[in-house]
Amino acid sequence: MSTKMVKFIISRQDNPETAPYLEEFEIPHRPNMNVISALMEIRRNPVNAKGEATTPVTWEMGCLEEVCGACSMVINGKPRQSCTALVDQLEQPIRLEPMKTFPVVRDLAIDRSRMFDALKRVKAWIPIDGTYDLGPGPRMPETKRQWAYELSKCMTCGVCLEACPNVNTNSDFIGPAPLSQVRLFNAHPTGEMNKEERLNAIMDDGGLAECGNSQNCVQSCPKGIPLTTSIAALNRDTSFQAFKNFFGSDR
Amino acid sequence: MAGSRDFINRRIHSLLGVIPIGIFLVQHLVVNHFATRDAEAFNKAAHFMESLPFRIFLETFVIYLPILFHAVYGLYITFQAKNNVTRYGYFRNMMFLVQRVTGVITLIFIAWHVWETRVQAAFGQEVNFDMMADILSSPFMVAFYLVGVLSAVFHFANGLWSFFVSWGLTVSPRSQKISTYVTMGVFVALAIVSVRTIFAFI
Repeated sequence: MSTKMVKFIISRQDNPETAPYLEEFEIPHRPNMNVISALMEIRRNPVNAKGEATTPVTWEMGCLEEVCGACSMVINGKPRQSCTALVDQLEQPIRLEPMKTFPVVRDLAIDRSRMFDALKRVKAWIPIDGTYDLGPGPRMPETKRQWAYELSKCMTCGVCLEACPNVNTNSDFIGPAPLSQVRLFNAHPTGEMNKEERLNAIMDDGGLAECGNSQNCVQSCPKGIPLTTSIAALNRDTSFQAFKNFFGSDR
Repeated sequence: MAGSRDFINRRIHSLLGVIPIGIFLVQHLVVNHFATRDAEAFNKAAHFMESLPFRIFLETFVIYLPILFHAVYGLYITFQAKNNVTRYGYFRNMMFLVQRVTGVITLIFIAWHVWETRVQAAFGQEVNFDMMADILSSPFMVAFYLVGVLSAVFHFANGLWSFFVSWGLTVSPRSQKISTYVTMGVFVALAIVSVRTIFAFI
């Protein structure tokens, strides 16, 4: 009995400056294999479909359970995590590409630094440090905590930026993920104390206003985060903030 | 500052599309609908509009300047996007593309339409039923007007949907869904009004 083979067409790139090219691989099928275990198989024996020895394919991974966001890539045309992409559920040949919205480091590995920079820019944290004990913060209602937990599932994987038509080289849009984090931290009872700072940060160039409502982000998010609801809610908050900034406010 | 230049421009772009441009569009289509009664009713209504006091100021501040800003900034927005409907064929993503395509068609149509009517009027021609009947005597112009007017009406209706999102009026998915139905209802209603008007001249 001949072993069943799995065919992969992988977009490869030797370094950030060189042109990408396609390379085909055929590896023996194993039950329950995912894209990462297939890539590991290629790494173990880096020989392409023509039987030529080649370099092992580079990719990034971390948790292997879809919570870290590191292993995102474009699989059969859709950006998603390779750890939860089960080979048996994919149409063959399986096409792997890097998420080209981000700078490609090598093969399928990309540099998501812009997302972490955006989180810094929008102040996606709760400042609690001081020179003395500030005591406990205000309590958060349990129902609100459960709601906020959904927003906190964001793993900065970059899928929403890859799917967004307005995140590209023509625009400086920071993308849906950091915007939704503003909503998360503004909803926190302590975080709310710095709400205006975050709203003003997303009213800057490349911020909230660059959204064109294609709503691909909410369709693509692997964690089902209500990104477009966050964006619309922030549109409302910034409407008020803009008037307050312009006319002044008695708070 | 109330926000960055991008933020303010985007919000103004969205607002101008509805107030005053959207309101003007509806008014323009409704007044033209007099053509379905008879030539005299149309001429009377057109004459009333043209003899409004402070006409040049009304035109400048309600029509010319808002459309000019909306068009220039709209083109900037359009060419910033990298459309990807082949990969992400979701309903809203298609509307995103159609909004940009109809925007560009509408701009071309309006430029031609203003040249043919308002600019000719400035050169001394009289704008009346016969002028439109003459323009629409060619089948090509009928097709051009149908495409142009329907683009404008769609761009307005779908733009109304995004206006509600951009200003934070519709936040929840359900409200956005209802607003999709309502704005598409606006499209159908205005499409009927405008197509009836165009055929009244033929």
